Amino acid sequence: MADKPRIKLPKEAAKGEVIQIKTLVSHVMESGQRKDAQGKAIPRKIINKFACEFNGKPVFSCALEPAISANPYIQFDARIDEAGTFKFSWTDDDGTVITAEEKIALKA
Amino acid sequence: MKAINRRQAFALGGGFVMLTLMPMAADAEVTGDAAKWIEKFTGGKQPAKGRISLDLPEIAENGNTVPLSINIESPMTADSHVKDVMILADGNPNAGVATLSFTPLSGKAEASIRIRLAATQNVVAIAKMSDGSLFTEQKTVKVTIGGCGG
Repeated sequence: MADKPRIKLPKEAAKGEVIQIKTLVSHVMESGQRKDAQGKAIPRKIINKFACEFNGKPVFSCALEPAISANPYIQFDARIDEAGTFKFSWTDDDGTVITAEEKIALKA
Repeated sequence: MKAINRRQAFALGGGFVMLTLMPMAADAEVTGDAAKWIEKFTGGKQPAKGRISLDLPEIAENGNTVPLSINIESPMTADSHVKDVMILADGNPNAGVATLSFTPLSGKAEASIRIRLAATQNVVAIAKMSDGSLFTEQKTVKVTIGGCGG
């Protein structure tokens, strides 16, 4: 179905540094407002939740509505206090969850 | 009835124009079901202006992807940080756009997303701080081609 999500963040950061994370996932984000050629409403199918955790602790999350564009792009920040792993998850209306992980190291 | 002279006629005309412009000047009023979303989010409390900078294009050519950036002034410490930010578009079929949840680990209360706008309308952001205080900001975006494929 969906391609691998694209995530951009630095490989390493100084302790206490605030880094920027950019994410993009392929998804139609069907709003439920559109009609097909026969005039029937196309059912809603969107990613309704995005969450980002760092070493198991929540960093940022957002609840999404149909007013989010197709292929949702989300950019946010995170403060790095230790080396570790970011876990990203996108939850679809149908219950499927797209996940991804990225590691970050502390600058020596 | 006393005939009005030219000068008075102008004054009257001016007053009339002011009256008709009044409702537009009061664009702080949010319409439609956006008011319900706000009520639910704030619990009836009146949010204050300020602390939020909401960055949106003045004119969006394509309502299908309108870049939105938001930045809220906050130290983002465990004691004082931004918790939730609700973004609404009052002219969309559903007013809700997104609710962003920050934590002290976010470092900065800053995010960018891309949104759909059905028509020219107000985009409203309301931020809830960790101490319960509320802030709001809004911007009007002119949309050339709507983004809801009606």
